[in-house]
Amino acid sequence: MALSNVVETPASGFNFENVSRNVALKGLLEGGHTKAPKPMKTGTTIAGLVCKDGVVLGADTRATSGEVVADKMCAKIHYISPNMYCCGAGTAADTEKTTDLLSSNLTIFSMNSGRNPRVVMAVNILQDMLFRYRGQIGASLILGGVDCTGNHLYTVGPYGSIDNVPYLAMGSGDLAALGILEDRFKPNMELEEAKELVRDAIHSGIMSDLASGNNIDICVITKQGVDYIRPYQESEYKDKRQRRYKYRPGTTSILTEKIVPLELEVVQETVQRMDTA
Amino acid sequence: MNTRGLRSQLKDSVPVTGMGPQVGAYGVQDTLRSGFSSVKNELLPSHALELSEKNFQLNQDKMNFSTLRNIQGLHAPLKLQMEYRAARQIQRLPFLQSSHLALDTLKGNDESISFEDILNDPAQSEMMGEPHIMVEYKLGMM
Repeated sequence: MALSNVVETPASGFNFENVSRNVALKGLLEGGHTKAPKPMKTGTTIAGLVCKDGVVLGADTRATSGEVVADKMCAKIHYISPNMYCCGAGTAADTEKTTDLLSSNLTIFSMNSGRNPRVVMAVNILQDMLFRYRGQIGASLILGGVDCTGNHLYTVGPYGSIDNVPYLAMGSGDLAALGILEDRFKPNMELEEAKELVRDAIHSGIMSDLASGNNIDICVITKQGVDYIRPYQESEYKDKRQRRYKYRPGTTSILTEKIVPLELEVVQETVQRMDTA
Repeated sequence: MNTRGLRSQLKDSVPVTGMGPQVGAYGVQDTLRSGFSSVKNELLPSHALELSEKNFQLNQDKMNFSTLRNIQGLHAPLKLQMEYRAARQIQRLPFLQSSHLALDTLKGNDESISFEDILNDPAQSEMMGEPHIMVEYKLGMM
């Protein structure tokens, strides 16, 4: 539809036209009985640590929206590149979109240059992107990967702060998980021991934090490849449905049945040969 | 990609003005094109990011050019800006979609994806400007 008051093409990117309307709407809604919908957050426990052969990342699988569990099998460990994975805490949409953008940018780079991207490059891209939006993108990420310079584990905060550490936990359950990690972490651990430690850290986050729960996912990145174990451990509190909720055929009784045949007569017939040589 | 501009180059960034009423001819508010004016809507940005996003590309370019000038001398940004100007002229009529291929390649936007490519793509815009008005505006006849 052509509008006569548009003189320039609209700019691409974020559009702030509706912000004042949303603020006004919020005032109206909160005063009444309805509330504005809350975004889905992955209030979470995510953890990672650097071991002798590579990097181990772990996450729980609960996504909450307000006080309701929105997703019981949410995947919080996102693929970035064949040698890098990223755990995300914060607003679910923000972490997914940010890691998708990062992954696309790194794929373009590796196609252009023919190399596997390094972890520092990913961290720098993330830092630039998140700082540009001044924390409005609520994504706290743990980025772990193995590249030609070694095994790396970085954390990126929502405002763009980065930290390079050997072990790490983020999310709402990070204090509980960090306690376990601080107690039992040793540099250059064996792979199995590292997996158990990450599992215990996430488990303590699940036990102590309401917004974390359900299963535990573990992702092991080594020079040889990636082992994404989903789920590493299922929660003992899985609910068993008592009955099936599908309706049997014949549940709704048929009262009357009327069949009307459609009478079609052939008016014209044309044959077209298809050349299938 | 963003460069880590030197802190001293911040003085060259575009100053933050208000949203400003759209001025038409004679410097008066342009009611015909942008509707009635409301002081609150125009002086204050409604979102924290609105101003910084509006000028983000300009600021980046300014910082990059001034860093380049300090490192390589005046000729480097001059040559680049000449090429940008030339590439910016290769476009279709104002109401049609142009691909900006040359400009994107020069700026390096063809090797990265950001929110500008995903959100609010002008090629997918549901509204079209009236062709005659847009061409007249571009030629300065309106």
